[in-house]
Amino acid sequence: MPHRTFFWFIFPSLLAMLLFIALPIGSVIVQSVHQQHEQVLRTVENQGPFGTTTSTVVDQEATRALREAEPLGRFVGLDVYFDRAHLAVEEVGQAWAATDSIGAFVDRLMNLPFYRALIFTLTYVIVVTPLTILLGLAVALGVNGLPRMFKGPTIFVSLLPMMVTPLVGALVLYWMLEQNGILGSALQSLTGDPTLSLRASTPLTWITLFAYGVWSSAPFAFIVYYAGLQTVPQDPLEAAMVDGASRWQRIRYVVIPHLAPLTVFIALIQLMDNFRVLEPVISFNAGANAPSLAYSIYSDLRGEIALFNSAAATSMLTIIGVSILLTPVLIRTWRDFNAKRGH
Amino acid sequence: MKMTKVTGLLVGGLLAGSGAAWADAHGCDLGSGNVRILGNDFGAINSVVDRAMECTTSGEMTSNLTTEHKDIQVAALTADPAEYTVAIVANGSLVPLLNEGLVRPLNDLVEQYGQDLSPTQLIRVGDDIVAVAFMANAQHLFYRQDLLEEAGVEPPRTIEDVIAAGQAIREAGIMEHPFVMNSATGWNLGQEFNNMYLGYGGQFFEPGTAQVSINNEVGMQTLETLKALADLSNPDFLTFDSNATSAIWEAGDAALGLLWGSRGTNILDDEGSTEQVTTNTVLAGAPTVGGGDTPATTLWWDGFTIAANASDEDAAASFQAMVHGIDPAILETASEQAVWLVEGYEPTPVAQGVAESAAGGATPYPMLPYMGLLHTALGNELADFMQGKESAEQALADVEAAYTTAATEQGFLR
Amino acid sequence: MSATVSSQRKSTALVVVSTTFVVLWVLIAAFPFFWTLWGSFKVESDFFSRNDWTNALTGIRTQIETGGAFTGQAYEGAWIREEFWRAALNTTIVVFSTVVISLTLGTLGGYALARSGYRYAFWLLMLALIFRAMPHITLVSGYLLPFFEWNVWGHLPTAIIVLVAINQPFTLWMLHSFFLQIPKDLDESAMVDGCSRFEAFWRVIVPVMWPGVITTGLFSFLLAYNDFQVTALVLSQENQTMVPKIASFLGSTFEAGNVMFAVAAVVSATAPLFVLVLFFQRQIVSGLTAGAVKG
Repeated sequence: MPHRTFFWFIFPSLLAMLLFIALPIGSVIVQSVHQQHEQVLRTVENQGPFGTTTSTVVDQEATRALREAEPLGRFVGLDVYFDRAHLAVEEVGQAWAATDSIGAFVDRLMNLPFYRALIFTLTYVIVVTPLTILLGLAVALGVNGLPRMFKGPTIFVSLLPMMVTPLVGALVLYWMLEQNGILGSALQSLTGDPTLSLRASTPLTWITLFAYGVWSSAPFAFIVYYAGLQTVPQDPLEAAMVDGASRWQRIRYVVIPHLAPLTVFIALIQLMDNFRVLEPVISFNAGANAPSLAYSIYSDLRGEIALFNSAAATSMLTIIGVSILLTPVLIRTWRDFNAKRGH
Repeated sequence: MKMTKVTGLLVGGLLAGSGAAWADAHGCDLGSGNVRILGNDFGAINSVVDRAMECTTSGEMTSNLTTEHKDIQVAALTADPAEYTVAIVANGSLVPLLNEGLVRPLNDLVEQYGQDLSPTQLIRVGDDIVAVAFMANAQHLFYRQDLLEEAGVEPPRTIEDVIAAGQAIREAGIMEHPFVMNSATGWNLGQEFNNMYLGYGGQFFEPGTAQVSINNEVGMQTLETLKALADLSNPDFLTFDSNATSAIWEAGDAALGLLWGSRGTNILDDEGSTEQVTTNTVLAGAPTVGGGDTPATTLWWDGFTIAANASDEDAAASFQAMVHGIDPAILETASEQAVWLVEGYEPTPVAQGVAESAAGGATPYPMLPYMGLLHTALGNELADFMQGKESAEQALADVEAAYTTAATEQGFLR
Repeated sequence: MSATVSSQRKSTALVVVSTTFVVLWVLIAAFPFFWTLWGSFKVESDFFSRNDWTNALTGIRTQIETGGAFTGQAYEGAWIREEFWRAALNTTIVVFSTVVISLTLGTLGGYALARSGYRYAFWLLMLALIFRAMPHITLVSGYLLPFFEWNVWGHLPTAIIVLVAINQPFTLWMLHSFFLQIPKDLDESAMVDGCSRFEAFWRVIVPVMWPGVITTGLFSFLLAYNDFQVTALVLSQENQTMVPKIASFLGSTFEAGNVMFAVAAVVSATAPLFVLVLFFQRQIVSGLTAGAVKG
């Protein structure tokens, strides 16, 4: 396709992305290498309905001059990236020097907010992504084998976990898993432990979140695979049947290779979405046991005082993390792309 | 109509507010100023804003009441002209606006239009009046009379009493987890620390600086006390936000609680709970701790403030509309909705706990520019200690480190 | 035809296993929703009972508080008292516009990316991926100040444009993969016959692209429909959509909410989706099979 035609086809889409994604990313990069100005403080007496207290305020006049001189704040290079709330270079160094076993070192690491979030996030990605893909594929194969009249309702029901607003979906599940809730009590009687609580311990909270993650994103994998199954070429299938291939062999050698590009696509999207997991952590009140990277951004931005620079640095680290995770998938896409150019 | 208003005030036991009925009779005409109100979305604020909107103006008259108000207020008031002329804030959420210099000093407007406001409603920072408060809130003690009697303990007056009573109830086999508080990780947990720390008479910062000073003996005592209370709570306590604790109380699953006063109305109404729970629930002032005489709680107010980036005309119109909104006449219809700070308000049984805490000399939540940073650090870093995964020393050191990082980034520390 | 052949060959054991699996999945997928549907006709202290979950089945408190085993209070409260219909109307506008605009931009861009063959097309796709990796919450907090300054904050079109933009990377990727599956010869032969690139796209590709577009549309739809982070911070109260409205029913630290309103609102918001999915699943299946014969 000539460059000109290509440009006009892609222009509207590109413009929207440049304005609303590329520009903000640019400003996030700038923010992440700056800190706020020094704030000049002044001691004052505060009066209110509950009496008088001595307090401090930011001296607006003195601070204004600083703000006007440097509207972006103080340039600090990579300081924010290396401070305790992010990569914590200094603290990690100390921990390395002070501990003599890997276990003790990891313990010290888990005490630093960024690493705690990173470890949970990576575990979440590693556990949830493959399970989602497998479950989605299995459901798609199962639904595809159903008689026609059952397909419609089954597809609708299979999409439900994705359609119910996560905000309330997670809330209802949260209550069902509560100690006296229907699923919580069921688990208690299954395990024979009447004090079992899914919320009190870290491992159980993690497992709950993993289960919720698979449950809520399996429909995505399912519908993509299901659509893909409708395009499976019939000739090789029939040839395989004539050769006496079992159903499993047909799936293994004909259907799965046909679905491979879709798997790459699903893996790509799921890796990315799982790396940014946020809603379930909030709805399950799991910030203590299972903070994710997106949750630390959320708590920076939604705290009493918004920490824009810190949130910007964590966001950039998230993007870098996603890029590293996606590298294998990207290399594959690159090969496919070049192969396609070949013909 | 006017008669009932006057009798209402008489019954309320206050005659000084005759200006109230008077202002109402005059109506509320704002000329051509614009009024645009931003605030949280709940009953009492709805009532105030509805009243403010009764005013007439040839300009704009709009309101945006949303639970997300805190996250948009700074950006909305930074724009020039400001998107909103009025922001309804609390002592916590006023600070980010003050830090950025987005609040208009109200001294001239109070002089001109605020004669009927009581001096205690005016929030002053230094010489400037920065906000006008109209309602109060605090966490205080809730207890179940019947269960305390069954266990043979007196209503507690100190946190030590609360712990002893909780243990007595547990030992008597009445309840395994008799105590409940808002201890969810994050803002709630940080708030519990603040309450207790101030009860012990602690200082959050070195006076006049942003240097944190919680890593000391008082901090250790505070943590030990919180741990003792958590041991009496359900093991899920790190997920207990205000919705969860109210539900636990209404279900009759707790005998002692430190809950928000503003939740009292809902707990005591006839929905969601049995009569046994509602008739035996008593709301009392916050207990003291460690032999001190300050109740272990912080006092909160809700009030309104005017945007600095609004024209004088809009500011005057907005101020008048809001003063009309919090006119004592609001007590006729909305007396039950909050603990009002307007003249003529008589505490209802639901407001008893907040009123007693205030009378007992509880401390207001500090309006320091960097308090929010410490609050966030506390909320995030104390969870490991509360679960018994790390020592109190380590937890306090973590809080100190997290706060220092954030405060350096915000320019409060070098 | 092949369906009949394969069903003949299927062993009974396999049918049993696969059917059991699907039934099990349907239960897991649907149970929370049907539990919610059932519970929406109870009062809060039954559905969210801390004493005993069976209260949600028997409705003890519902009996005491309303005099019947079922109550429509939650629906009445949400739709009439809280005027949930306004939010529903806003959501309809936002979702419809977002889907239509996203798909229009996305099909043009996705088609170009699938047919370009130059290396920059690959790098554009990569760039789109990096754009997608950005946490939404960071993006949205960056929008606030400029939106307030340009005086565009709070309006429905603003939210629509933001949702379209945020959704573009995904739409481009998905449609690009679908267009790759449509054989090149189709549009190229049209161009040999003298059509311009756009005419070829319009006359030849558009008629066969619907299955892919509808599947992509479904995801754009769900993104816009379920979005909370953008709409909660970018829309003013009178333009509020359903999800932020539902969130406001949940209450805050100081104030009790009305959780049952949220539950009723969620149930009623899911009902129209049922019709939509039933309608479109036919399109997806029939359309894709028709397209696949050529493949």
